[in-house]
Amino acid sequence: MPPVTPEAHPLPARIELQDLSLWYGDTQALRSISLTAPERRITALIGPSGCGKSTLLRCLNRMNDLIPGVRLRGVCRVGGVDVQDPAIDVTRLRRRVGMIFQKSNPFPRSVFDNVAFGLRIGGCSGSELEGRVRSALQRAALWDEVKDRLEDHALRLSGGQQQRLCIARAVAVEPEVLLMDEPASALDPVSAARIEDLIRELREAYTILLVTHQMQQAARLSDFTAFIHQGELIELDQTERLFSQPRDPRTEDYVTGRLR
Amino acid sequence: MRRRIPAWVFPRFSGVITGALVTGMVCLIVGMAWVAGPHVSWRWVFGAGSMAGDPFDPGRAGLLPLLMGTAARTVLMALAVIPAGVLTGVYLAEYAPPTARLPRLLRGVVQILAGVPGVIFGLFGLGFLVGVLGGSIDRLIGPSDAVVWGKPGLLWASWTLALMTLPVVVVATEEALRSVPRELREAAIALGATRFEVLMRVLLPEALPGIATGVILAIGRASGEVVPLLFTGAAVATEGPPVLSGRFMDLAYQVFVLATQSPDPERSRPLLLASVWVLVFLSLLLNAAAAILRHRVSPPTTERL
Repeated sequence: MPPVTPEAHPLPARIELQDLSLWYGDTQALRSISLTAPERRITALIGPSGCGKSTLLRCLNRMNDLIPGVRLRGVCRVGGVDVQDPAIDVTRLRRRVGMIFQKSNPFPRSVFDNVAFGLRIGGCSGSELEGRVRSALQRAALWDEVKDRLEDHALRLSGGQQQRLCIARAVAVEPEVLLMDEPASALDPVSAARIEDLIRELREAYTILLVTHQMQQAARLSDFTAFIHQGELIELDQTERLFSQPRDPRTEDYVTGRLR
Repeated sequence: MRRRIPAWVFPRFSGVITGALVTGMVCLIVGMAWVAGPHVSWRWVFGAGSMAGDPFDPGRAGLLPLLMGTAARTVLMALAVIPAGVLTGVYLAEYAPPTARLPRLLRGVVQILAGVPGVIFGLFGLGFLVGVLGGSIDRLIGPSDAVVWGKPGLLWASWTLALMTLPVVVVATEEALRSVPRELREAAIALGATRFEVLMRVLLPEALPGIATGVILAIGRASGEVVPLLFTGAAVATEGPPVLSGRFMDLAYQVFVLATQSPDPERSRPLLLASVWVLVFLSLLLNAAAAILRHRVSPPTTERL
């Protein structure tokens, strides 16, 4: 199968996968996936549970390194850099490629310390630190709600606020790419809608890869959508076209709710 | 037909048992304070001549050397067991490859250590720490015949206790690190933290209450332990404050001595009772401190989950 790419979008690709395969031990989770995701756009990954979307996401910041027995073949580039290259500094890669998890996971300490975590690791301190924490909270649309309670324990925030705090924490270190793994799925509809608004705003500054199992969310938010099924990339297209005129019958079955 | 036990029986039964136990313990403590309290005299607690007193003479014995010796061996033990135990626990939980042979062996050894009786530790302290280690140090540094480290003393006694309580700290550290939620590790790693930064900035702070509990348990276990001290350095009476290489007086050991070795048991009984009272008081204090510490260090986030 030739690599599936959105037809002639003008933007340079920020993320490129070429023939990427991945195995957990003897089980193959990704099968020769080739795709590109353009800069400052949202590319959604949809597909049934266990199809490999989260695994694919975790290749880009090498979180799969943490799992013993993972093998990879193929190329995975972020901003032109091969992330598998043994010469690169993985911690620097992870600062360039931020990640938001399905379940919000703030550190059990203050709001400020959460956002400051990555900055402090990078050696930032003092008034510069305060300024960058503030701007990160502003970018995550959380500043107005927490500006008077920066020293409060992060777990006292509401679920939606906690997830926005995690987004602030990720953008604080100024990444180029944001990987979002079902970022709104554990939230109530109102909080989820606020996260979606935020993601739409973040699109201006970051390349976003959004894993979601909600097709409506992909349709609402993303510029491009990739449908993955059993570790294979079935189809990647402009979101509107993928949902209205899918080329592959499996995509059609999935988006119309017949394939699970 | 089988008769069913009425529903009120069990709660009432367990309530009665609990009540009886609690009442019994309170009676024991109050009774002991009642009997022993009057014998805790100011002169005994703060007596000026207490250092070189006759330990069996209520007119001359004093508490101070007992407290100093007990404090010294507890602090020295903690100074040894905290770094050794925490580092071992960190290695086992974070760095050891899960299936490799060395960590499995290490874990096995730690478990065996936990079950070895105190008397064996005493013997080990005497044979290895005093004999081999102390003897070698003397041969290396001292003039030919001087015996400084090659005899039972405070340092060796403390290290013997440290070895004995090592499993408590190792297991507490390992468990505490393992129970840190995976999400927090992932959050830190995804922000570009190195393994060491994750350990220092996320895992250890999260594990601190568990580690502190382990350390206090270790101190609690060691502070009531007498047997290893018999071999490694406790003395009935010493002159002057405790030094690292010298014998030392110890409260728990003194209770044993006063109860079994007194030339005139009738006359030294007040001392025995007073020593018991202080020992129980200190142990209650330690437990209270542990409870307060645990409460204060643990994050106020029980609503999570």
